[in-house]
Amino acid sequence: MCRIGAIKSKNPLHPSQALHLMLPQQEGHDNSGFAMVMQDLEGEFADFKAKPLLSLACKQDGLKLVQDYMDANNFAPIKEYIPKPNRIAGLDIQALPYYVFRAYEYPEYYRHRSQAEKEELLVDTRLALRQILEEAGEGYVFSFWPDVLTLKEIGDPADIATYFRLWEDNGDLMARNIVVQCRQNTNYEVVRYAAHPFFLQGYTLCANGENTFYTKNKEYQKSLHRGYIGFESDSQNFLYTLHYVHRQLNWPLVYYKHVITPLPFDEIERRPDRQVLGAIRQSLGHLEINGPNTIIAMLPDGSMMTCCDSKKLRPVVIGGDSTTIAISSEVCGLHAILPGRDPEKDIYPNEREVVLIKPDMEVERWKQ
Amino acid sequence: METVKTQDISANDLPWKVEWSSDRCTMCGSCVAACTFQAIEAVVERRSITVSTGTVPDPSRRHLAAPAIKQKRSIAHACVGCGMCEKVCPNQAIRTERNADSRANLLARSGGAPLKRGGRANLGTADRVLDKIVVGRISQMTDPALDSERHTFDVLAPFGRVLPPSQLPFSINGESLEMNGKMPPVNWIYPVIFSDMSIGALSTRAWEAVAMATAYLNEKYGMPIRMSSGEGGMPVKLMESDYLKYSIIQIASGHFGWNRIIKAMPKMKVEPGGILIKIGQGAKPGDGGLLPAAKVAEHVQAIRGVPKADLMSPPNHQGLYSIEESVQKMHMSLNAAFKFRVPVAIKCAASATSVSVYNNLLRDPYYICGGFFLDGIQGGTGAANEVSLDHTGHPIVSKLRECYQAAVKQGRQGQIPLWAGGGVGMTGNAAADVFKMICLGANGVFMGKLLAQLLGCVGNERGRCNACNTGLCPTGICTQDPRLVKRLDIDKGAQNIVDYMLAFDSELRKLMAPVGNSSLPVGRSDALVTTDKAVADKLAIQYAC
Repeated sequence: MCRIGAIKSKNPLHPSQALHLMLPQQEGHDNSGFAMVMQDLEGEFADFKAKPLLSLACKQDGLKLVQDYMDANNFAPIKEYIPKPNRIAGLDIQALPYYVFRAYEYPEYYRHRSQAEKEELLVDTRLALRQILEEAGEGYVFSFWPDVLTLKEIGDPADIATYFRLWEDNGDLMARNIVVQCRQNTNYEVVRYAAHPFFLQGYTLCANGENTFYTKNKEYQKSLHRGYIGFESDSQNFLYTLHYVHRQLNWPLVYYKHVITPLPFDEIERRPDRQVLGAIRQSLGHLEINGPNTIIAMLPDGSMMTCCDSKKLRPVVIGGDSTTIAISSEVCGLHAILPGRDPEKDIYPNEREVVLIKPDMEVERWKQ
Repeated sequence: METVKTQDISANDLPWKVEWSSDRCTMCGSCVAACTFQAIEAVVERRSITVSTGTVPDPSRRHLAAPAIKQKRSIAHACVGCGMCEKVCPNQAIRTERNADSRANLLARSGGAPLKRGGRANLGTADRVLDKIVVGRISQMTDPALDSERHTFDVLAPFGRVLPPSQLPFSINGESLEMNGKMPPVNWIYPVIFSDMSIGALSTRAWEAVAMATAYLNEKYGMPIRMSSGEGGMPVKLMESDYLKYSIIQIASGHFGWNRIIKAMPKMKVEPGGILIKIGQGAKPGDGGLLPAAKVAEHVQAIRGVPKADLMSPPNHQGLYSIEESVQKMHMSLNAAFKFRVPVAIKCAASATSVSVYNNLLRDPYYICGGFFLDGIQGGTGAANEVSLDHTGHPIVSKLRECYQAAVKQGRQGQIPLWAGGGVGMTGNAAADVFKMICLGANGVFMGKLLAQLLGCVGNERGRCNACNTGLCPTGICTQDPRLVKRLDIDKGAQNIVDYMLAFDSELRKLMAPVGNSSLPVGRSDALVTTDKAVADKLAIQYAC
């Protein structure tokens, strides 16, 4: 089932904040994994915001394969951060030998291309690296995008934090936006790519729940974009639909909810915008989702959003103060990191609602 | 003893034998009057009995002439097993029994004409694929099931061409989308269409009963069910009424009745629910429509504008050379007739070429085809050559699945709604069939024979009755003989259909609820399992054992 959370702050945060948000929600996860996506980085990568940052976990040969590919494609490494693990005995973690966060310079011939072209190059590069590593069985590449760092690991979140020294707030890994998941594994085996949050071209998403429309979503999404691959988790569908609606179709974000959980036909009929809503429901029926779920997503501009399934079967709460706002599966997480906030102002979104935290920290609530 | 030839026909050569009990019979004559096939007759038999009337035994033989009910020994008057005699007999003195030793198949072709009958195909009906599939993904703890009694469901399916998202005529205005162009017409209707059975094939009363049930379900229960007119036109009064919106007008290869439809168009107050261009049907693919002269009554002649003669429709639209031309035909029908306001769909028989046709329609750049109706071998028909009925066609389930998967491969699923039929509800439980077909990729289904059965049809897949082609339908459903038509109680027939559909609706929700679906589970093949490995492989669903 998992527990999910996100923190957005005016001041850079250390991942320990994310751990403090998640660990009190122990009832909802089974110590089988921890993953996070950090965006708007400070610390080690503060000066490299415009440069694409590769996040991967791999074995020794895998690292060589990645380096060879990047060299061959004229990506020059300009900054690297390799965590120095704290290898104390008895930690519950299935660590790989290398965790590499490396910022690259764009290839020479791409430096003056448009942003859109660069973004296509980045996704193609990540897909190529994934394929190379997958074929060799040598590792995993989680993201390749400017100002985005991803860490995914299998094991007990507290032990993972110890291993990566995430409890030590030493200023090396800092970010204003963090999306995080503590895993409850319901897959038959623990697959690293199945760990949330999922990432594609600036879009980050994690979900708590099930998607019973997984098969029909997957069958449709496969043909929509080359980046819609993997499908290791039934929640990956949510990310791809968000990416498709917001980036590919270029529709305003408000329509994402109308695609995944459309209004009933009779309610659409009563709306002034029934033509548009009817056409969306009709045309995108295969992107509807079903089952109990809550979604937390982060957009390329750093705004964060959350919404639930149409029956509101999974929990989520938003709370914050003047500098930090967090989204969490359970309110106990908010109590841990924002003890001074006014809990009466916490938002418990309903089944028709989208809550958006904009880059300027303004919180918007939309009724579907 | 009369002279007999060995070639003479006896009751034992016929498909059904009539068992009559002289000691229960009161000779009321009901059975003879009820038998539309004149398979039995009242005769006088010579009997010989021995009696003794005194106080001591003094037997004497007496000959007497006794009235009796006797089965005729002729193919022309062969009993069809409809059982009307048994139904009307007050004393249970008569019944029909299937004759395992029948020679009817050999004898029926005397005169050099092929055997014709109505009803359903016989082939492979004992072993239905749909019955080997069950709903296996039942929501449990992780994904709560819905309460079918209290939850709201969207039980609606599209009829009309659905545009891909990238083609929607939207413009962005700030934070909202605006519609700035036209879209092909799409009607969202109940996922069951009352299939095309024409006035002519059905009696006026039967057709009216179906039409009444359709209107009642729409108006009283808000179930947007549509009825296909079948080939042969519609009553002018209906076309000029508000109820036309519940009708899907069919244009078939004989084009019967279209003259009248076109003449009525200026007076139509509402748009019809759709147009269905019938290319072929599943029960007798490659064989045209056939309305025997016996059923071409005066009103049928008037509606269709034809003399009293056998009315043959060609096996397909003779003006069509290709799939592209069929698209053109749809284009013309839409444009000329209803100015792109009414969805136009096409109906083909399931066959090895179905996927090619569907692929071609999917790729048509004009987005003109509003539905692909795929009709399987187990569909019914009012009249056909028996050889076609029994030996041509293709089962529906795998063809439906292939079409859906072909669309999936191109990312075009849902753009031309798939409607499947042919044998839906053969076991009497249509909801289960419909649910499974929707999971396999259908948007909805159409069914016809089940409606006839709800009206009182006693025909079945094992050769009972199946005399729809004779004009002698004993239940008044498939005949134009005014005396027989009167046997059908319209109100009761319509009520049966309404009741069934209400039960159907509940049952469909009962199946949607446990898989956690509020809307139709189109393409949710993951919800199905089968214990048959071959079926699992062919349909790409889970194998369970």
